[in-house]
Amino acid sequence: MGIVLKGGKILDRKGERSLDVSIGSDGKILETGKKLNGDVEVDCSGCIITSGLVDLHVHLREPGDEEAETIETGARSGAMGGFTALVAMPNTEPTTDCLAVVEQVKTLGKKSSCEVIPSAAMTVGREGKEMVQMGELVDNGIGIFTDDGKGLQDPQLMRRLMEYSTGLESRLGRPIVLAQHCEVHELAEGGHMHEGEWSSFLGIPGQPAEAEELMVMRDIALSKMTGARIHFQHLSTLGSVQMVREAKAAGLPVTAEATTHHFTLTDSACSCYDPVFKVHPPLRTESDVKAVKEGLADGTIDAIATDHAPHSQHSKEMPFDQAPPGMLGLETALSLSLEHSGLDLPGVLNLLSWQPAKIAGIDNRHGMTVEEDNPANLCVVDLDETWTVSGKEMLSRSSNTPYEGWNLRGRVRHTINNGLLVVFDGESTK
Amino acid sequence: MSLDIETPLIPNKHLLGIEGTTRDQIELILELTDRFAEIGKRPIPKVPALRGRTVASVFFEDSTRTRLSFESAARRLSADILTFSAGSSSLSKGESLRDTVEVITSYGADVLIVRHKMAGTPKRVSEWTDASVINAGDGCHEHPTQALLDCYTLKQQRGSLDGMSIGIVGDIRHSRVARSNVLAFSSLGAKVTLIAPKTLLPPSIERWPVDVSNVLDDVISDLDACYLLRMQSERHSKGLVPSLREYTKDFGLNERRCKMLPKDALILHPGPKNQGVEITAEVSIDPRSIILDQVTNGVSLRMAVLFMLLGQHETYQKDEL
Repeated sequence: MGIVLKGGKILDRKGERSLDVSIGSDGKILETGKKLNGDVEVDCSGCIITSGLVDLHVHLREPGDEEAETIETGARSGAMGGFTALVAMPNTEPTTDCLAVVEQVKTLGKKSSCEVIPSAAMTVGREGKEMVQMGELVDNGIGIFTDDGKGLQDPQLMRRLMEYSTGLESRLGRPIVLAQHCEVHELAEGGHMHEGEWSSFLGIPGQPAEAEELMVMRDIALSKMTGARIHFQHLSTLGSVQMVREAKAAGLPVTAEATTHHFTLTDSACSCYDPVFKVHPPLRTESDVKAVKEGLADGTIDAIATDHAPHSQHSKEMPFDQAPPGMLGLETALSLSLEHSGLDLPGVLNLLSWQPAKIAGIDNRHGMTVEEDNPANLCVVDLDETWTVSGKEMLSRSSNTPYEGWNLRGRVRHTINNGLLVVFDGESTK
Repeated sequence: MSLDIETPLIPNKHLLGIEGTTRDQIELILELTDRFAEIGKRPIPKVPALRGRTVASVFFEDSTRTRLSFESAARRLSADILTFSAGSSSLSKGESLRDTVEVITSYGADVLIVRHKMAGTPKRVSEWTDASVINAGDGCHEHPTQALLDCYTLKQQRGSLDGMSIGIVGDIRHSRVARSNVLAFSSLGAKVTLIAPKTLLPPSIERWPVDVSNVLDDVISDLDACYLLRMQSERHSKGLVPSLREYTKDFGLNERRCKMLPKDALILHPGPKNQGVEITAEVSIDPRSIILDQVTNGVSLRMAVLFMLLGQHETYQKDEL
């Protein structure tokens, strides 16, 4: 007899039911039922019990920038936000573009509070010139490839990657995900926020929506040409959402994510010149935010991701152009989605857990129903708890949250990762 | 052009931009400038108004004229001067901007005069120091003392800017002078026309209080003042104009265009002039040019600004600025 989650209400894709959940020592759900008993009884009264959240887009900074975050601290931050699986971006130092670095990330991930899924770069050093050793990485279980932080500029190389990767799917046993950060370099270069009324007013050089949209357009065309899957990271513009909607309607194998900041903040936030609001792609306009929310609601966007991007405080206490782009997201994503996405509760869980688990190819252990024999990757959420965001109190090593001082509703009370209670009563246990 | 700014500038303590400064405040500074202009004409142009106060000129970006102008102003007011100069790249050698500001403040500066190649830096600096901050030019954002001295110079010639038609010609996209002047000129009742090829105009400016023209010849005969901006040669290499030659042909103020400019119109330039590009040598010495008046007035205007931020004076209390 192990842990029993008592007094909560299960919510999964099969619906709602007020049942206790008993978790076995093998990390699996032993049973669900009324009035179960166990060695460790965890109070879940007033809470919902659901599958742990899955983030397709996280920067854990290790190896390379351990001052900003480590796999341990990032995963702890994730667990605090209800996540049980994090897809780690490969823009590390050295780049996660070969087995050695992948293995390091995996090894460190195993000791952490979440399951860490390494993604690998699409090109060596994320330089956009040569393919990584894709077959070797696939044979070692890597299924997500991205040059995130940059878009892959060369359309011929993108085409080749698409063609080559489709031939490896049988070796992986599931679809390979090529995830694109859509940004045409020449249009975006030198831009530090969205180009528009606000950038002109503030005198900050901007990057236009078209810098993103041109690459979305190109990759949809290449997907049609090659039949390969493409996953669009952090869609942020009205035009991008519209194009992905049309591509899906035409039956193309495209998926997309949007970040919490792209549906909660606009470019006007940059008026204080604080680079905590600097992010790529940049915060856009009201109409883009509206379009992203419509995309979340109608299924154009498959997943909510965080693009959790920790940066040390001194690197953000710089002039706007010199500060690195990126903001924290793991500990605020669920609350923000519950309150600001326009989705109902199952809708939020669908986009934060069930669908991203499928895209990442980990739906055999994450984003599953809360039922007997399924791996116990769960989060327990008090939907009514209100809290105030404080960067200093976050478990991330960094504190660059753009939501400082926001009052949010809904907070994770417990997180169970592979049967272990990694967050208990709002506190990390690891 | 007033969008809703969440954190308004604090004109009482800092001068970060023309944005957030009212017409009354601008007129008060211009009025005070008159009195400091008079000091400049004395045999010994120096008063003890800021004796014992320390002015730090903090220039992360190179400047000769603005720095000299501010430092002359501070000296005429008997202030002590601290000079910090560094390419903004030195910040990337480990020290954050905040560290730098805290160090400079700890030398006892009462006011920091900040120039930086990036918009917003003076505002950020003002959040990390107890000293007053004057924006001496931040990237493509604002250069408020330049705009104020331009207003003063125009007012000196015409008595008032009300109803004047002022054309600003050139690289408006990258110009902090243009942004501050659009705000200041229109605040004082002038009609502003921005004149440039579209590549040198900021995007999305439909709500700015300006007219826009892409052809100087179409509008030049209607101008009461023609304000030329410096055309930097690297704009050509960035593909914003086909060549400097073509820019000069279409937007340079030459003798032919000078004839189209009304006889009583004024010619201004913030300096340093790119002679032969935006302005020909002959035009620089045209009697309608008030470019040197701008330079002279710059010192008096900056004395007024320093005094308003730092000085103890019966008539002009700090909180009136």
